[in-house]
Amino acid sequence: MQIFMASLLILLLILAISVSFTKKLLPAVLIYMSYSVITSIIWMLLQSPDLAITEAAVGAGITTVLFFVAFKRMGLFKKALDEEKEDVNEKEVK
Amino acid sequence: MKKKLNRIYNILCVIFALVFIAAMLLTVNSLPSIGEPTNPTNNVVSEKYLTDASWETGSLNAVSGMILDYRAFDTLGESCVLFVATIAVFIMLRRDEDSNPNLPTQYLNQSYEDEDDIIFKKTLEFLFPVILCFGIYVIANGHLSPGGGFSGGAIIGAGFILYLNAYGLDKIERFANSKTYLACSVCALLFYGLAKSYVFYVGANHLHSIIPVFADGTIFASGLILPLNIAVGIVVSNTVYALYIMFRRGGFNK
Amino acid sequence: MNYFLSNLPEFVSMVCFGIGFTNLLLNKNMIRKIIGLDIMDTSIYLFLAVKGYIAGTVAPIVTLEEQMVGVNTSLYTNPIPAGLVLTGIVVSVSVSAILLAITVRLYEEFHTLDIDEIIHMVREEDRRAE
Repeated sequence: MQIFMASLLILLLILAISVSFTKKLLPAVLIYMSYSVITSIIWMLLQSPDLAITEAAVGAGITTVLFFVAFKRMGLFKKALDEEKEDVNEKEVK
Repeated sequence: MKKKLNRIYNILCVIFALVFIAAMLLTVNSLPSIGEPTNPTNNVVSEKYLTDASWETGSLNAVSGMILDYRAFDTLGESCVLFVATIAVFIMLRRDEDSNPNLPTQYLNQSYEDEDDIIFKKTLEFLFPVILCFGIYVIANGHLSPGGGFSGGAIIGAGFILYLNAYGLDKIERFANSKTYLACSVCALLFYGLAKSYVFYVGANHLHSIIPVFADGTIFASGLILPLNIAVGIVVSNTVYALYIMFRRGGFNK
Repeated sequence: MNYFLSNLPEFVSMVCFGIGFTNLLLNKNMIRKIIGLDIMDTSIYLFLAVKGYIAGTVAPIVTLEEQMVGVNTSLYTNPIPAGLVLTGIVVSVSVSAILLAITVRLYEEFHTLDIDEIIHMVREEDRRAE
């Protein structure tokens, strides 16, 4: 049990660090989402299921959806797709 | 010059953060180790809540008995924070369609959803009632099992967001418009405030409250906690849906 | 070492707080700043929830028989930190929603997410106005 807990906590640290080392914004948001999910598992282990269910619904669900809809409104998804297409085209040319 | 300043700022930031983390770790190092029953956090207050909450409030879950009965005004303030947050987001993201008819609302509506996504629609036909029922279950059993107004409200709000994405704005705005949002939120907040004011008034003057507490483990066992949970759930689900629709559309339709 | 292992959640939450704070200070992208603030929030909630944990106990949901007879408090965890954190989680969502709204507004105005560039543009506009 303690080993499982310790491995979850170390994963938490790795996720928190890796947010600032991603190049694009979408992976950063997804990493934050997995951070929330792992926090909720830790709360389940710490015997507070109220917190776990709230964090899983609110932190992992609603916050991520809000980030995504804000990206959509700012047109960042379209931008990312265009950049990917350009990358593919450049590779084909090379 | 500017690059140099930037680099100095970055280095100072890293040093400050490292010093901060070191100070925090040193402080945590001198705290008592976790999990011990003799820790100073496990004092008479938590014992009082655990022993008395189950028969005083009728709620088997001590957490929801605490946040909706003993410290209920805290939760009222928090629901008001949610309402104010929605209004603040509305002020910042509003698109005024009357004064500026050139805004591409039509484009906005279409750019979000694929028109004939039949898999999504058919799946949601079965999934949406299940999600709604699960949310209602979590809200209604908040005093008997883990859950309550916050988590159940978030689940119902997420269900409405899914519905909106599957069937489009026209269908959902038959029932989810600014009028229903305002009516539901304001009624829930008013009911919460009035009910809790009555209970505190009665309790402070040593009168007998007319709201019965059965404390027998059924759904109506806990007097006011079930209606208060429902009120909080309505406010939270409204807030979640309203935040989404603000970001997506820039306000409700009229 | 034993003390370190048993107190690992507290140490991790403090280090996560520091990492989120560094994110907030060092990153120029506003979305990353918001994520850093959220990480700080969650680590503080983790710290508070750990404070209420008692080893070998279960969640504070009493059974019906115990409600009639009288609750044995040594069987259950501390419910107070859970109640405190429950309110905090929902408020932190509304905070990040407001911050995202500000970001969207600035992006529509200046077409960039970089806060330094935005400050630069605002100063240029002020200079031009003078």
